[in-house]
Amino acid sequence: MTLFAFMLRRTLAAAPMVVLMIVVNFLLLKAVPGDLVDVMAGESGIATVEQMADLRARFGLDRSALDQFQAYLSQLLRFDLGFSFRYSRPIADLVLERLPATALLVTVAVLAAVAVGVAAGVLAGRRPGGRFDRTVSVLSSLIFAMPSFWIGLVGIVLFAVHLRWLPIGGYATVGAPGAGWPHAVDVAAHLVLPAATLGLGYAALYARVTRAAVIETSRLDFVRTARAKGISETRVTLRHILRNALLPVVTLSGLKLGSMLGGAVVVETVFSWPGLGRLAFEAVADRDVNLLLSLFLCNSLLVIVMGILVDVSYAALDLRIEVTS
Amino acid sequence: MKANNPLIVVRDLSIAFAGAKAVDGLSFTVAAGEVTALVGESGSGKTVSGLSIAGLAPPEARITGRVTLAGADILGRTPRERRLAGHPAVSMVFQDPQAALNPVLTIGEQIVEAVRADGRTGARAAAARALELLDLVRIPEPGRRFSEYPHRLSGGMRQRVVIALALAASPVALVADEPTTALDVTIQAQILQLLIRLKDELGMALLLITHDLGVVAEAADRVLLMRDGRLLEDRGVRDFFDGPRHPYGRALLAARPGRRTRRGPRPRLADTSAPCLIGGEGSGAC
Ligand SMILES: Nc1ncnc2c1ncn2[C@@H]1O[C@H](COP(=O)(O)OP(=O)(O)OP(=O)(O)O)[C@@H](O)[C@H]1O
Ligand SMILES: [Mg+2]
Repeated sequence: MTLFAFMLRRTLAAAPMVVLMIVVNFLLLKAVPGDLVDVMAGESGIATVEQMADLRARFGLDRSALDQFQAYLSQLLRFDLGFSFRYSRPIADLVLERLPATALLVTVAVLAAVAVGVAAGVLAGRRPGGRFDRTVSVLSSLIFAMPSFWIGLVGIVLFAVHLRWLPIGGYATVGAPGAGWPHAVDVAAHLVLPAATLGLGYAALYARVTRAAVIETSRLDFVRTARAKGISETRVTLRHILRNALLPVVTLSGLKLGSMLGGAVVVETVFSWPGLGRLAFEAVADRDVNLLLSLFLCNSLLVIVMGILVDVSYAALDLRIEVTS
Repeated sequence: MKANNPLIVVRDLSIAFAGAKAVDGLSFTVAAGEVTALVGESGSGKTVSGLSIAGLAPPEARITGRVTLAGADILGRTPRERRLAGHPAVSMVFQDPQAALNPVLTIGEQIVEAVRADGRTGARAAAARALELLDLVRIPEPGRRFSEYPHRLSGGMRQRVVIALALAASPVALVADEPTTALDVTIQAQILQLLIRLKDELGMALLLITHDLGVVAEAADRVLLMRDGRLLEDRGVRDFFDGPRHPYGRALLAARPGRRTRRGPRPRLADTSAPCLIGGEGSGAC
C-alpha cells in the first residue's frame, strides 16, 4: 500500500470521529449560559427587551437548538464555516487571516521544544545522576510547576521591560516596513518570547521522556554490539541509542502538538499575538458561538492530522513498521 | 602448538559489582588456533570474564588484573581504544542474536558500519566487504539479506549476522558467549561447526563459553572450569573427560545427560553444507 493510500484510509477512518466532535462541540457551546446578544447588550448598556429579541431573530438565536444544529450542519456540508456577527465577516476569512500567525508561533515553538528537549534529554540520559542530569531535572520540575502565563509575564518583565532586548508583544512593530529582511527580523524578535513561553513546558516534557528512553535503550544488547564495532560514542548514541529512543518521543510530540493550540490561547493573549488562540479567547468572551464552533472544528481536525503524521513519521523512523498494518 | 603459544594471557583478573566479586583472581591463557572452552554453572562469571577480555564490560564493573593480547595490555580498553592504539581485535559473539542486532537498521547497514569503523574504508568497498562477510558465514542470498531488517531473519541467520559483525574487524581471537544457547537444537550444531571452520580458516583463537559438555567434547582443545568466579580446572579436553581431579568437575561430568567422551563413539555434528532438517536455511526454518 502506498503512503497516499494509507493516509486516505486513515482520513476516512477519522470521519465518524469528526462527526462526533461536531455534535459534542455544538452541545457544549449551547450549554454555556449567555449569548452574543447578552454580551452586546451589556456593552452598549442600553438595550430594550424588544431590541434584544430583534437581534436574536437576526442572528438566528431564537430558533430551537435542533434547528440551529441543522442549519450549522447544512452549512458545513457546503464547506461554509458561517458568519461571525460580532466581526460582521465570514468566519473562513477570519480564520485564514489569523492562521499564519498561529502556524508560525506553534511551528517555531514545537521545533525549538523538540530540539532543546531532545538534546537535553540525550545529554542527561547519557550520564544519569551526573551534574547535567541533575540540573535538567531541577529545571524541568520548576518549569512544570509554573503556569505558562506566568512564565510569559516574567519573560516580559525581564527581557522586554528591564533589559529591553525584546519587544513586549504584538506581531511586528507598528509603522515598520511590512516586507523584506527588516520585517522578518522584526517578526522574529517579536516571536522569541511567545515561542519560548509556549515551548518551554514541552521542552521540559520532551527532555524527561527522551532521558528515560535513552537510559532504557542504553541497556539493550545491540548498544553493546555497536560499541564492539569500535565506533565513536557519539555515533553509538546518535545512530543506535537515539534512533530507537526517539520512537516514544515522536508519539508524544504528535499527541501534544494537537493540544498546543490550547496553550496558544494563553500565550497569544499574554503577548497580544494576533493568532487563532487570541481569536478563540475573544470569541469565548463575546459568546460568538459560530466562531467558536469553527475554531473547535479546526483544532479537532489538527489533532487528527497530527495523529496521521505521527504514524507516518513512525514508519519513517522504524522501517519494520509498514504503513499497511 | 598447544599452551606454549599463548595469544591471550589473563593474569589475576578480578571483577566486582558494587563490592560483590563476580570474578576472583582468574588466570589462564588462550592459545592461537585453539578452542578453549570456558564452562561453569550459571552466575559463575563466564560472561563478565569474556566481556572484559573483549573490552565490553559494563562501566559499573570494577576490574583489576592484567590481560595481554600478543603482549599488549588490553584490559580496561574499549574496542575503539584498542583499535586506535593499533592492537589487533578481540571480537565477541553474543548469546542472544535477536537482542544483539539493532532492530531499526538493515543487516547491511550494521555490517557496513562495523567495516567502516576503521575510518579508512569507503562506502563502496565496505558494502563489498560486507557481502563477502555474509558469504563467509554462509548466508544464502547475501545480496537479498543485505537490505533486510533483522526481524525478517530466523534465529540461526541472525547469529550468522552477529558472527559476520564480529569478523568485520578481522579479529585474532573470538569470544563466543554461549553462541548456540538461544537457537533451535537443529541449528546449534551448524553454528558451532561454522565457528570452528572460521577459526581454522582465519587462524583465530576461540574462547568458547558454554554450558554444554557435549559441545566441549566435540569442539574444545582445552577446558577451563569456573565456579563462583574462580578457576577450578584448566586441562586438555581429553584429560578433563578422563577424570577431573576436582570433585565439582567430577559431579558435573556424572550429571551430564547422554554421557559421551572422547573415548566413546564420537558423535558427529551435522555437516554445515548438508540441507537442514526442516525446509532448509533459506526458508527461514533454520
Ligand atoms: N551488570 C552487572 N551488575 C551487577 N552484577 C552483575 C552484572 N553483570 C553480572 N553480574 C553478576 O556477576 C556474576 C557473574 O555473572 P555472569 O553473567 O558472568 O555469569 P555466567 O557465568 O555468564 O552465567 P550464565 O551461565 O547464567 O550466563 C553474577 O553473580 C551476576 O549477578
Ligand atoms: Mg553468561
